[in-house]
Amino acid sequence: MRPPEKVGRMKFVKAVALSIFVASLAAFAAAQSGGELRFCLRSEPKTFDPLKVEDDASVAIRYLTGGVLVRMNRQTQVLEPELAQSWKVSKDGKQITFKLRSGISFSDGTPFSAEDVAYTVQQLMDPNLHSPTGDAFRSGPGNVETKIISPTQISITFPAPVAGLDRQFDQVAILSAHSPKKEMAVLGPFMVADYQPGSTVLLKRNPNYWKRDAQGRQLPYLDSIRLDIQPNRDVELLRFKRGEIDLINSLDSEYFDKLGAASPQLVHDAGPSLDSEQMWFDQVSKAPIASYKKTWFRSPAFRRAISQAINRDDLSRIVFRGHAQPAIGPVSSANKFWFNAKLKPQTYSPDSALKALQSEGFRLENGTLKDKDGNAVEFSLITNAGNKYRERMAAMIQDDLQKIGVRVNVVTLDFPSLIERMTQTFDYEAILLGLTNVGLDPNEQMNVWLSSSENHQWNPQEKAPETAWEAEIDQLMRAQASSADPRKRKEAFDQVQEIVVEQAPFIYLVNRNALSAVAASVHGASPVILAPQTYWNIESLSVH
Amino acid sequence: MRSWHGRVWRRVASIVLLLVVGVSLSANWLAPEGYARQYREAASAPPSRQHWLGTDEIGRDRLARVLYGTRISLLLAPAAALLSTLMAALIGGLAGYLGGAWARVAMAVTDLFLSLPWLFLLITVRAMMPLNVSPMISVLVTFLLLGLLGWTTASRVLCATAGSLRNADFVQQARASGVPDARLFWVHVVPNLKPVLYAQFWISIPAFILSEANLGILGLGVTEPTPSWGSLLRELEGVISIGEEPWKFVPLVLLVIVVTSFQLVLSDQEQVAA
Repeated sequence: MRPPEKVGRMKFVKAVALSIFVASLAAFAAAQSGGELRFCLRSEPKTFDPLKVEDDASVAIRYLTGGVLVRMNRQTQVLEPELAQSWKVSKDGKQITFKLRSGISFSDGTPFSAEDVAYTVQQLMDPNLHSPTGDAFRSGPGNVETKIISPTQISITFPAPVAGLDRQFDQVAILSAHSPKKEMAVLGPFMVADYQPGSTVLLKRNPNYWKRDAQGRQLPYLDSIRLDIQPNRDVELLRFKRGEIDLINSLDSEYFDKLGAASPQLVHDAGPSLDSEQMWFDQVSKAPIASYKKTWFRSPAFRRAISQAINRDDLSRIVFRGHAQPAIGPVSSANKFWFNAKLKPQTYSPDSALKALQSEGFRLENGTLKDKDGNAVEFSLITNAGNKYRERMAAMIQDDLQKIGVRVNVVTLDFPSLIERMTQTFDYEAILLGLTNVGLDPNEQMNVWLSSSENHQWNPQEKAPETAWEAEIDQLMRAQASSADPRKRKEAFDQVQEIVVEQAPFIYLVNRNALSAVAASVHGASPVILAPQTYWNIESLSVH
Repeated sequence: MRSWHGRVWRRVASIVLLLVVGVSLSANWLAPEGYARQYREAASAPPSRQHWLGTDEIGRDRLARVLYGTRISLLLAPAAALLSTLMAALIGGLAGYLGGAWARVAMAVTDLFLSLPWLFLLITVRAMMPLNVSPMISVLVTFLLLGLLGWTTASRVLCATAGSLRNADFVQQARASGVPDARLFWVHVVPNLKPVLYAQFWISIPAFILSEANLGILGLGVTEPTPSWGSLLRELEGVISIGEEPWKFVPLVLLVIVVTSFQLVLSDQEQVAA
């Protein structure tokens, strides 16, 4: 028989051991059962085929379900290995060789090998598929060749150099060459389990996902993700406030402040994003506008003076409630590698703007600016109806330019009418719009900067560059696109940025901040500026 | 027979309308800084001694904008109503009086206009307008468009009324006495259409005010910086605004009061027409 104090000690030790066991069990269960994450897609996904993805909703599903060879870390903006353990790009930028991980299976159990990569690349480059993702790889005429060196090694050769070749694979979700489920067999952390058109997409954890955390636990932590299709942002916000959804990937500044006033811990301002708001003048020679106005719009001095007379600090502070930064040039400072840090922000100075205009022959008469022929400086500024931020920006620009005697007539048009004027009839004088940048690489802006491009908005589809500086931009953009040396590419694109700031074909106004909201129940979230802002590290998220 | 409390309400409504018009006409005196001045250091400010109704998102005095916006909406809506009523009288009245193929053609055209989705039509016509027009011209054009497109319903009513007058005994008698058609129309028919015309005119005013407000909410009405009730109501966009800043509701309250007052005055006109 044991003495009573010894019995008590034994009981205590047992109780502690039991508690530790229960706590470990709970921690294990919590780690394995990461709950369900719920958020909204703002439109119906158009496809689940990762190679045909074009719309935002489908891009989101591709990010959550697709396994890629390399992934750009949205926080560090550095490319990291995923299904490929390592990779090497040839000096001429035409060939990339991947060394793949072994022992990986698709969600349906089909093993993954170099054959799947070759199959995916062939599908991607099939001209009949019209893959928007594939367009980024089409650098020149000719076929893409894939060579399977071994089940875990493959080289892909393109007919011409592809700038930023390795980064482009961030968007390529690998398909199975052998699975009967085709695109529904995935290598990403989640797989599509259910789809109710117009209502929800349910993603379940991929049981065969290859990644493990530092403790050796299989990722992802979450059991499932419920994506509600909800185009109305007000409803999305109300549902977030009611706790029915856990994330809002992109908030506007007004809602951000209102939500932040009530629950500051739920909202996140990750700083300036890649998106910009800008205005430009119509420089199309055949545009149906007065010739004296064309002369103003084609004058860099006029454009720079207008740029100088706009108070960007006020636009950021008032229209975006401080959740935007005055834009410096065509690349946001958020783009860590490609931003030209030598560029300085445009200083607001109506007096300097007026002096610059006077040196060009303009004069101020009774509060109205007139050109050397006596024409009053007046132009219309179009923006899309219903966008309250742009309408407010336009009203503030109107007020700013009034101070140097320029009369601006603000016109709001429905979007199709605006696009028709911008791209078909060229019947406009100035436009205020935004540009959404999804990628960091300058190659993704080729369609804007090449003078022959349709999206060269101030003067699209020029047969030959109409100005020397546009010819220089063409040459520099082509040079950076054909080089595989990041340093040379950066030098060329830095020059492009300097020319654009100097010539001001676009008057960059602000870069909006990346604003998001994450419920307190979501663990592991660390919102960033690159999409998908809140769930870029989806494997590490859990909901408790 | 009209009830005494009906008369009281109509008088109250008339006084309210006169008061609103009077106050809006004195906007220059009540808000001498104007509706476009941006107090950028006081953007989105709550009501204060300087800004009784606070300021809007870019710092413009909301009271000034309400006063000037009221003036614009209240002066131009009747002008558009007058235009549409005159067009309705001309098209509907004449078609009804002439009858036969004229009436059928006129009513077919009216039905065609009625079947058009007016909102899309307004958006399309608005998009086709020249861009470089001053804000005041844009105000006039917006209401002119409303007037030009808003005659159809009234035209149907007037056609029916004129059609019944055409066969009235006094018209038959005048015709038998050899009175020419033009004189018959202007001297005998049109005066008898007046009560209907008045009623249609009064009905159209609140309808046009609301139409302009709808266009304004879509961002397609009166352009910046000129205020109108439509542009002012855009501040209420988004459910998140509701309840937190009640002073933003002033334009909406004013719109409801004015439209209700018009309806009360209108009921009097309808009884006259009947």
